[in-house]
Amino acid sequence: MFSYVSRRLLYTVILLLIVSLTIFFIFDLIPVDPARLVCSKQCTPSLVEANRHRLGLDVSVFEQWWRFLVGLFAGRTFGEEGIAITCAAPALGYSFSRHECVTTIVAEAFPFTLSLALGAFILWLSVGISLGVLSARKKGKFADRASSVFVLVGTSLPTFISGILVVLFIVLKFNLVNPLELGNWHNPFTDPFGWLQTFFFPCATLALAYAATYTRFTRSNVIETSSEDFIRTARAKGLSEKVILRKHTLRAALAPIVTIAGLDFAGLLGGAIITEGIFGLNGLGKLSIKAVTQTYDLPIIVATTLIASAFVLIMNLIVDIAYAFIDPRVRTS
Amino acid sequence: MSQFLEVSNLNVTFPTEDGDVRASNEITYSVGLGETLAIVGESGSGKSVSNLAVMGLHNPSRTKITGSAVLNLSSGPVDVISAPTESVRKLRGKEMSMIFQDPMSALHPFFSIGDQIAEAWHLYNKGSKKDGIKKATEMLELVGIPDAANRVNDYPHQFSGGMRQRAMIAMALVNNPALLIADEPTTALDVTVQSQILTLLKNLQKELNMAIILITHDLGVVAEFADRICVMYGGRIVESGSVEDIFYRPSHPYTLGLLNSVPRLSSGTSHRLKAIPGQPPSLIELPAGCAFAPRCEYVSRVTSGACLTQVPQLIEKSTSHSSRCHLSADELNNLVKDKA
Repeated sequence: MFSYVSRRLLYTVILLLIVSLTIFFIFDLIPVDPARLVCSKQCTPSLVEANRHRLGLDVSVFEQWWRFLVGLFAGRTFGEEGIAITCAAPALGYSFSRHECVTTIVAEAFPFTLSLALGAFILWLSVGISLGVLSARKKGKFADRASSVFVLVGTSLPTFISGILVVLFIVLKFNLVNPLELGNWHNPFTDPFGWLQTFFFPCATLALAYAATYTRFTRSNVIETSSEDFIRTARAKGLSEKVILRKHTLRAALAPIVTIAGLDFAGLLGGAIITEGIFGLNGLGKLSIKAVTQTYDLPIIVATTLIASAFVLIMNLIVDIAYAFIDPRVRTS
Repeated sequence: MSQFLEVSNLNVTFPTEDGDVRASNEITYSVGLGETLAIVGESGSGKSVSNLAVMGLHNPSRTKITGSAVLNLSSGPVDVISAPTESVRKLRGKEMSMIFQDPMSALHPFFSIGDQIAEAWHLYNKGSKKDGIKKATEMLELVGIPDAANRVNDYPHQFSGGMRQRAMIAMALVNNPALLIADEPTTALDVTVQSQILTLLKNLQKELNMAIILITHDLGVVAEFADRICVMYGGRIVESGSVEDIFYRPSHPYTLGLLNSVPRLSSGTSHRLKAIPGQPPSLIELPAGCAFAPRCEYVSRVTSGACLTQVPQLIEKSTSHSSRCHLSADELNNLVKDKA
């Protein structure tokens, strides 16, 4: 078990290095020159060169990548002596459009994204799994049909439609949330009610599509597992239907859900662009889309891309380790 | 020998969109403590279905069951067909147990062998988790798993096929049931392992005085193992009797066909094995007369033509031996001799 975990950990670190290097190469290839973008109206080639040096783009991609890595652990100083700015470790770069360390910007945005992702995750898992189990148990009956309507609506409504509908009706028509308050940050520990006001509807919007998928997935897994031989064995032993469902069926049926749930959650931690946009949440998704479309703030783009991929890789690792605990067959092989 | 299980006129029907599947049709048999009844037939003849009904393992919303199956318990007889599902559940594992064909898939892959056996024990016994594992270890020793104290913590995928079937037997017998239904317990196993498992069952039967119902299509297994035999075809019992009756005095053309299709080392000469021509009937549309008639070589010998129009009754040849054929045993014997 220990060697399995440490091996997976090593792979993840190697993969993270490769991914980060790839990101630097990709952004080097994009035909936009940040040095020119930050140049004022009276731009001269020498100014552009000076900017390029200031931005740290005058060295090879490898060198840029290496400086970034060092900065992550040791902090980093940008600019020349007179106007030097130091970002403490973990330094993700310096945004010249916002004149702030990227780490600070990301740290401001992340609580929004985390709240949204975590809230949605809990909502869709509880709704999706319980509805899925219910409709599997009542296959063909009213509850099953009703939940399949939910699945149909949930999977066919894109977030930008359902989100706008939610904003229209719940926020503007019924005034459940003050539109001016929309997207305001409230600390969930000191002001849980305010936090709920900000995040409940975005979470529900985001969870809707996922919950529908998870309902369908859980339903088919439970039905499939129920016809397994080992469930017949459990019944032949004399176990009650309740114990069979809770202990034997769900354990096997939900194991694959751990995998996709982990990856879905990781994907959201990188930012939910549409939902954050609709509800005015200044999370990572909004941050990166703004950096891409408006300011071409390369350090921010690199940082958010890297953070998103790091979440996926780390969650992948966690899922793999969790799976080894769930399924003994993984442990020994 | 008192009869522990008495099944009579058991019908199991699965309603489907294409019509009712009559998988088990007026089945009657019984088995006593210490006795082994073999139920023989080809795939789809309804061998397992009637026994799954006895165990109460059919999905009630998709099955129609009539008739009776009475367990003569020390507390009094119980008809498991008409008894409430919850009280039948409490007989499962305690009074009657079942082991299945494929030990590869019959054990839960996520739980250790010991936990799975202990779970069955805890259902009917009070004790700590440790007691359960101790009991599981004892049972694994009983079924001949070497180094049981360590293997009890293993998971099913760490066991070989034969060991898994032993573990299944250990689990089925942990509460000392009076009846064990073994549904093709050796079909998925190697030949050498097959005989080990059967010997194990035989020895355990002597030790625990169980009634065993052995469902199989393997006549070799039956000859070695059973006291009495029911031959099933098309959802009906076509012949039943003692091992001697069935093997030496078969009185149904289907039983004859089965016996002729078994290779014999003693026969010496290299004659071809006789296969029964044709296919088993669909259980949705059984022939009007004898279900075997379309494949039977003696149909033309029944001059009344009853084979195609009348379902033959189960006729007693002797106290223990009966068969469902319009030909009497003597007539059939003469026809067989004529052919030879």
